[in-house]
Formats: sequence, structure tokens, C-alpha cells
Amino acid sequence: MPPEYAIEVDHVVRTFNDDFRALDDVSLRVPTGQVFGLLGPNGSGKTTMVRILSTILKPSAGTARVAGFDVVRQGDQVRRHVGLAGQFATVDENLTGFENLRMIGRLNHLSSSDASSRARALLSDFGLDDAASRLAKTYSGGMRRRLDLAAALVARPPILFLDEPTTGLDPQSRQDLWGIIEGLVEGGTTVLLTTQYLDEADRLAKQLVVLDHGHVIAEGTSAELKSRLGATVLIVTLASTDEATRAAPLLSDLSSRPARVEGTVVELNVDQGPSNAVEALRRLDAQRINVAGLALREPSLDDVFLTLTGHRVDAESATDAPALPARKQRA
Amino acid sequence: MSPTSTSTWSFAWAVRDTFTIARRNLLALVRVPTSLVFAIIQPIMFVVLFRYVFGGAINVPQGVYVNFLIPGILVQTTIFGSVGTAIGLAEDLQRGLIERFRALPMARMAVLGGRTVADVVRNVMVVVVITAVGFAVGFRPTGSVVAYLEAALLMLLFAYCLSWGFAFVGLVAPNSESAQAITFPLIFPMTFASSIFVPVASMPSWLQGFATYQPVSQVATAVRGLMNGVPHGASTWISLAWSIGALVVLAPLAVRRYRRVA
Repeated sequence: MPPEYAIEVDHVVRTFNDDFRALDDVSLRVPTGQVFGLLGPNGSGKTTMVRILSTILKPSAGTARVAGFDVVRQGDQVRRHVGLAGQFATVDENLTGFENLRMIGRLNHLSSSDASSRARALLSDFGLDDAASRLAKTYSGGMRRRLDLAAALVARPPILFLDEPTTGLDPQSRQDLWGIIEGLVEGGTTVLLTTQYLDEADRLAKQLVVLDHGHVIAEGTSAELKSRLGATVLIVTLASTDEATRAAPLLSDLSSRPARVEGTVVELNVDQGPSNAVEALRRLDAQRINVAGLALREPSLDDVFLTLTGHRVDAESATDAPALPARKQRA
Repeated sequence: MSPTSTSTWSFAWAVRDTFTIARRNLLALVRVPTSLVFAIIQPIMFVVLFRYVFGGAINVPQGVYVNFLIPGILVQTTIFGSVGTAIGLAEDLQRGLIERFRALPMARMAVLGGRTVADVVRNVMVVVVITAVGFAVGFRPTGSVVAYLEAALLMLLFAYCLSWGFAFVGLVAPNSESAQAITFPLIFPMTFASSIFVPVASMPSWLQGFATYQPVSQVATAVRGLMNGVPHGASTWISLAWSIGALVVLAPLAVRRYRRVA
């Protein structure tokens, strides 16, 4: 009988260079057997959390237990229960796909024949049969990501950490990876998923927390988060800034949150996208305000931030996207 | 399970993990042969340069210069080879592979152990090739075959112990290019202000003290003495002492750094 919570984090703090607090008193509970989302922009502390839970980093304060084992005192047991894959797709470029997986199997202390058969099975599961004996450096981005995920699954870990698994992937590879993750959870795996994409968290995660500068700023189910947000964002573009200022108060009761005006654009979080859009057009037309454009879109992480914190995703942290898995950048 | 059997098992796992990593590093050597080719071409250029360009102007106390030169080149080459440890580890760190290894239930020592073991294997290959090249340019060692093998073991051991220091460099450097740049000022004076290419007696007196007693010269003297069957004082024992001393100091340094890097 697996424990109720696969991951228990209590008041974890992690500082770098004595003053920068990448995680500041974070607590969370990840129920066994589902996808739990860690949503936040670059620099919010998601990767730091994953690294602490996979025993790569030690917390500066607080405790964390994975599969019931303390990450600091029982690191060996934790490592036997977890798999780690992520946006940096750390595969050995000078080995073939098969050799990569076989090596990971051997380092997980599988016998030589078990490591080989496991490697073959995973390559076939992930559609990499044809590329099995090609060097990983010849793989496309999507193939690398799949190989990286396969490597994380070699030892059949009950708990999987996926650190921005779809960042930088094309839409098709993204869909493929989502399908794989859903299949794993059906098989009983617990997944901690970090992502910058609200739609990804919405599609995969039952529960999620939103991180900002190392703090949890919201938690709950994806539906709860969306109900605070409005299901859709309505964007009305007017002919002039003057008209935009006049339009905003006419539309504000369509949304539970204040309308946002930026230049000639008015943005609203609404619950019934199309009918709200029609209503907006009708009211503006009645006042003879010229509408230059109208659009509906899914809310993004940026909208979550605007709603929860009143500010957009920090421009600095958002542009500070780590291009390489260099040590400092990942802090 | 008793504590003894647990630790016996974990030791066995550590050895197996070390070989798994060493195997992976040797495969990379086969897959990217340029690094091996450069490791061999560079000493061949030194052999040609000193044998045919500078050699005529260098007087050695006994025997012919080529018999003085080749043992020296071998020592230099194995030391240069151990620099590969720094570059390889810096690359693994840069690519995030070390992170992956650290999240696996493997022996933590194995990443460093496997790297240094693979680098010894690479050095063995280089020693074999340069010995053959030496013979081709007229090297005729006057010592016994057993003494030749002893000399080879001695320099491989020295380079192995040194590679733990380079492992530390590789873990400190921000990337592999810097790792290479950092090692250069370390090994340049050690190999050139030494008895590798020329007799120390030909150097200015202020340099002779350093050049005579520094470890690389001791190893060169021992290797040359063994290969050519000439007396070489206590240099073999001094070289062994330097090797063990380096290992005792540098290995814990590298291991401590490995535990800390993230």
C-alpha cells in the first residue's frame, strides 16, 4: 500500500550565495498516483524544488520526504524511487540511444541482460526503434526529449520528476509527450511536473501550485485556479487610446475582475467567451465606439500572474531563460 | 544483513559502477576519435621536432639523444593525457550529465573513478603508439623489457594520481574551454622546466634547483634510467612518493568538490 502522499515538502528554504532565496518557505503535498503541477515563470524556483527532491541539492532549511524517505538523510532510498527528466534532455551525445539506456540500467544495478532488454523495450515504447543504434547527437530535439524521459523510466520509478518537459518542443512532440505522461499515470506513477504553460498544467495536472520568486502564491485544482481567472481572455482593440479609456468602464461588468487597458487594447477575463464577445460588441456599437479588432484566447501564465499578484511575469526572470544547463543559470 | 556484508556489497557496486562509467568514457573516445588522434599527433610532432630539429644542438651526458628524448616525451605525453580528465568532467558537468548521475542510485565515487580509469586506458594506448614511433626514429632502449614495463607503470601511475588534481580543476571550471585554459599554466612549467627534453645541467643555475627536484623531473629521470638501464639514484622511490602524496591530497579534494557541485 503506497503512502497517501508521494512527496511531502515542509517549509523548505533554499538560498544561493547567502542572500538569494530561490525557495522561501515552500510547503506542498503531492498525492500518490496523479500529476501534480508546479507552475511558474523562469526563476520562480521550480527547478530548484525538483533538484532538492531528486537529492541533487540540499535544502538550506525545512524538510522534504519522497516516497516516505528524507531527501537529506535517506538520499540513497530516495534515488531508488525517483526518475528525473527535463528540458535539458541530458543524454550522452557520444552514445547511441540503446547505449544510453543500457548504461542507465546498469547504473540502476540491473543485470547486463535486464538492462539490455529494458533498453530495447523503452526504445520501442517511445518510437525510437529505428534510431536505437544512432548516436544521440544525431537526434532531433523531440527525440532527445523522449530518450531523456525513457532514461528516467529505466528503473520503473514510482515517482517521476519532469522539469519543463515540453519547453521548446514543436506542437506535435508536445502532444506525444503529454500522451506518454498520461499513460504513465494510468499505470500508477506519481508525476511532479514543472511548467510555464497554463494549458499544460490544465491538461495534465489534477492539482497545482503557482510559484513566484520562491513563494507559493496559489494552490488548488486547475478548475479552482481558472474560476478565479475566468475561462477565457477577451481582447478588444479600439481605434484610439481615447476610445479604449471610454470602452473599459462599459465592459467591466462582463468580468469578475477589473478590465485592463494598455494603449488601444482592453483585456477582460470572462467566463462565456463568445456570448460575452457579442455583448461587448453590441455595447460599444451602441456608444459609437470604433472597434478595430476582437479576439478570444486561453488564459496564459501571464494572466494568472496578473490576477494573483497584480503584476505581469517579471520581465527580468522571463527573459533570463537558461539556454544551457550551466550551474548558475539553473539556480 | 550484517553491516560487513552490506559494505562488501556496496564496494562491489562501486567497482561495477566505476567500470560502467569508464566503459562509457572509452566509447566516447572511439566515437570522437579526434581527441585520441590529437593526443597522439601532438607528441609525434614533439618527437620529430626534438629528434630532427633541436636534437642536434643538445648534448646529453651519456648515450645518444634519441634514447634521452623518447622516455621524456612519454612522461610528457602521459601528463598531458591526464589533462583530459579535467576537460571530460567539465564537459559532463556543462551538459548536465553529472546531474543525471547524481540522481541515480549509483556509487557517487564512480563518476570520478570511471573517468580517471578511462583516462589511464587512453594513456596506455598513447604510450604504446609513442613507443612504436620512438623505435621508428631510432630509439633503442638499452635496459631490459621488464624495466621498460616498470617505467611505463611508473609514469602511468604518476599521471593517474595527477589526474585527480585535474578532476578537481574540471569540476571547478565553468566550462571545458576554461578547464583546458586553467591546466595550461599548471603543466607548462612542470613539463618544460624539467629534464624531459634537455639535461638540467644545461639550464641557468637559478632554474636548476627547481628543475632537478620537481616531481616531473624525478619521474623523467626514473623512467629514463629504467628504460636505458642506467643508474638513477632514488628517483623511482621519490616518484612513487610524489604519486601517492598527490593521490592522498588531490583525490579527497576532487571528491569533496564533486559532492558540492550542483
